[in-house]
Amino acid sequence: MHHMLHIKNGIVVDPKNGINAEKMDIFVKEGKIVEESEVDVKEAKVIDASNKLVVAGGFDMHAHIAGSKINTGREMRPEEMRTVRLIAGKFRASIGRVLLTSPAIGYEYAKMGYTTAFEAAQPPVGALHTHEELDAIPMIDKAALPVFGNWHFVLKYVAEKEWEKLRAFLAWALERTKGFGVKVVNPGGVEAWMYGGNCKSLDDEVPGFNVTPREIITGLIQETENLGLCHSVHLHCNNLGTPGNYQTTIETMKLASKFSNDKRQVLHVTHVQFNAYAGSSWRDVASGAAEIAKYVNSVDNITIDMGQPIFGHATAMTGDAPFQFTLHKLTGSRWSNKDSEIEGGAGIVPIAYLPKNPVHALQWAIGLELGLLIDSDRVVLSTDYPNGGPFTEYPYVMAMLMSKKMREKELERVSPYVQKATGLAAIDNEKTLYEIIQMTRSLPARVMGMDNKGHLGIGADADIAIYNLDPLSIDTANDFEAVYKAFKTSAYTIKGGEIIAKDGELVKEIWGRTFWVDATSNASIEAIDSDLNEMFEKYYSLQRQNYGVEEAWLRKPERLVMG
Amino acid sequence: MPETKEEELTNVICTFCGSVCDDVLFDVEKYKGKKFCKLGSAKFSKKERIKAPMIDGKEVSYEEAIEKAVEILLNAKRPLLYGWASTVNEAIRLGVILTEKVGGVYDQCASVCHAPGTLALIEEGVPGGSLGEVKNRADVVIFWGSNPMEAHPRHPVRYSVRAKGLLIKDRKDRKVVVVDVRKTKSANMADLFIQIKPGYDYPIISALRALVKGEEDAVPDEVGGVSKQQLKELAELMKNAKYGALLYGLGVTQSRGRDRNVENAIKLIQLLNRHTRWIIWPMRGHYNVVGAGDVPAWEVGYTYAIDFSRGYPRFSPGEFAANEVLQRGDCDAALIIASDPVAHFPKASVAHLKKIPVIQIDPFPNMTTLISKVVIPSAMAGLEAEGTAYRMDGIPFRVKKIIDTEYWSDEKILELMLEKVNEKLGLR
Ligand code: SF4
Ligand SMILES: [Zn+2]
Repeated sequence: MHHMLHIKNGIVVDPKNGINAEKMDIFVKEGKIVEESEVDVKEAKVIDASNKLVVAGGFDMHAHIAGSKINTGREMRPEEMRTVRLIAGKFRASIGRVLLTSPAIGYEYAKMGYTTAFEAAQPPVGALHTHEELDAIPMIDKAALPVFGNWHFVLKYVAEKEWEKLRAFLAWALERTKGFGVKVVNPGGVEAWMYGGNCKSLDDEVPGFNVTPREIITGLIQETENLGLCHSVHLHCNNLGTPGNYQTTIETMKLASKFSNDKRQVLHVTHVQFNAYAGSSWRDVASGAAEIAKYVNSVDNITIDMGQPIFGHATAMTGDAPFQFTLHKLTGSRWSNKDSEIEGGAGIVPIAYLPKNPVHALQWAIGLELGLLIDSDRVVLSTDYPNGGPFTEYPYVMAMLMSKKMREKELERVSPYVQKATGLAAIDNEKTLYEIIQMTRSLPARVMGMDNKGHLGIGADADIAIYNLDPLSIDTANDFEAVYKAFKTSAYTIKGGEIIAKDGELVKEIWGRTFWVDATSNASIEAIDSDLNEMFEKYYSLQRQNYGVEEAWLRKPERLVMG
Repeated sequence: MPETKEEELTNVICTFCGSVCDDVLFDVEKYKGKKFCKLGSAKFSKKERIKAPMIDGKEVSYEEAIEKAVEILLNAKRPLLYGWASTVNEAIRLGVILTEKVGGVYDQCASVCHAPGTLALIEEGVPGGSLGEVKNRADVVIFWGSNPMEAHPRHPVRYSVRAKGLLIKDRKDRKVVVVDVRKTKSANMADLFIQIKPGYDYPIISALRALVKGEEDAVPDEVGGVSKQQLKELAELMKNAKYGALLYGLGVTQSRGRDRNVENAIKLIQLLNRHTRWIIWPMRGHYNVVGAGDVPAWEVGYTYAIDFSRGYPRFSPGEFAANEVLQRGDCDAALIIASDPVAHFPKASVAHLKKIPVIQIDPFPNMTTLISKVVIPSAMAGLEAEGTAYRMDGIPFRVKKIIDTEYWSDEKILELMLEKVNEKLGLR
């Protein structure tokens, strides 16, 4: 079943292993990358990769691909479903414009050379639903990040400085939700939303809890580190979508300064574009990207992802329920909201980014500024799908970051407001292919603590993408159209050693694994047993015994035990 | 016989109504539930079952029945696969894929009850919350055209009326309002009952919107049988709530205005959120009717009335809802699962059903059994089969299997059907 592969004569770019456009062969056996001596070269299937770029499969570490948010989005927006991508046959029918069905999500990632994608916000009480949808996505490996920052247990333990209990709770919750790491969305602000409010600054008090976002974030970083999780706190900052918020973002980043970790960042700040606005109102809003970039580049314990908007349709869906209501008021668009037991909430609002709209153009420019100004081992490429737009346009972002010429061309069609409110036009930096591979492969894998992903070293998962692009001859600064086209559809996508897509056509439907993190041996769950009983009894609408997801219910779970 | 102690009973999750009570118990020895309401107890008690799979009334094996069912589905130009609200997500998923493969029409019970709420969601979105939030925070709860005492008997106790939580420590902390065209049982438990004229939901909601906005002059002295004074009091009550919940039922979706009523109510809730916090949510009927819409949404993009005759899904309630398809005579076979359209559909629909080959999958015999060519009995989810179900607020539960049975689960039946279909279509 698992064939051996011999990928011959490809031009390899593998930043984790320091390989920059070297002609070499890659060997695959039993789903892993192996030494040449491990394979019987006569038996192995040969893939001729001459003059082609060979890289690790793409790793989308932050997208909203499964669970009640995207599904409510689909139910609310049937107009998103009229794009037919594939008629039912050997493969499932595949439809969707930006919002895609579950089969379409797997198929589109595969065609683009992406082999792993993580759902970035799992409502804990809805964990089973998120996993059902992850299980319905073919082709790729996946995981989900449960959301913690407004969960009453967290608010209570932080307020009481019960650190051991907080640590135990994180471990308990990750096990129950079959979750991967600690996502935090607008800490405290969503609880305030239950009273119609928000927490816009780090020192706003959370109603009913005598605790502030500053304390929540610090406490969660501390206990995530103490628990030894492979991924750091993954934070959607307070004050999102507000002019002037870049200061909140930098202030938030500074909370990480007293923590460090040899292997990875201690704080990942997500879709920073939405949190990088200077100015005092929508009239004088401007870019705060340069200041943020300066800070991120000056420290080595923070990573970010871009949250790049793509012109066209999108759907805003976040656990930041008060922000979503603000967006609804601002645009007058449809609005779904979901307050969720004692855990937080979420909201969903359709949007479209228009090039001539000054604010949208500004957002577009800020995303690019972040991508260009921040070191490539600190910034991951993302659109925060579907908040900034489709993940299928990652190649556009890649090409833009590599070509000033392309940016100049694009700047001509967007609102001139970006010229005075951002520094984009003046940025000469052009990312190299090596850096782009870093931002889409090795860095996201490192940020997530996945040692076997994002590279092509011996022992790595045989998740490989081959593109019709010769790194030795391509002029990425000038041939941006060729770059875009090459990254849109891989020549080959190999997942776990199997060819799943070729030249933009699906070859084989496979089912990837769902990773989850078990840190229960690093904490004493008994310490919170009676609290759990009490909170369930009083505040949940379901029994503790019926809360959570068992491994046996999942299609292909893979438990990662934290040592 | 002495009562068995609660500790010795098995926790189960009720698979009757959308409340999906997960605190109920079952005595396997006595085959009897505990803590259930009347509706739930009736389902969780010994009942008449379909004895064995049948073709034309003759008992056959599961394999034979499934073989025949597959033949019918594949020979049909456009089969209708309908029901789904009373089975688990795992079965629904297979059913959706099966419908896609055979180029049929997928429709589910919502199309005859809460679908107008779905249309309103498309127009406006839905500002909602989970039942735990209602329990914890709602100091004003309005049941509009819904009658929980009769349709969801334990809903009031567990979530919405007598339930206590974070901010609501006592029944007195919560004002309960019932708005309906007649004095229902639920009206008796309310602090305030407002009787409206049938078909006047829309103008009454409009009047409330005007009042909340402060446009009192726009409201006449009486709307739909309710005095302006009373409407003003209701509007004030809503504005002064800290966290309100409007829980609507079929009285809103199935009366004049239908989806427009819900849309209007959602606009009222949008407006109220500019003053305070409010949510709105439908009181969904069958225990997994939410799953019957959510599963196809992620698999094929839509929730009901989905046609696959072109090889990709198309959504059109006016064309592809079961009754539309049946009354147009636009399906030449049907698979009915966990539902009884013969008892509940209009005569014209039933007339067509009687003309075409019908496959039924159900644990229990009903009117539809009588007209079915192939009958496939199944295990009862929640007792004899496990699987995932979504409570009316979308919270997922894994309902349990605590009794062994010879009956196949819906999931197992559909799995084999799909396998056979794939085989015959050369997709394996
Ligand atoms: S209220 Fe509904 S779910 Fe609860 S016991 Fe009664 S029938 Fe079952
Ligand atoms: Zn996100």
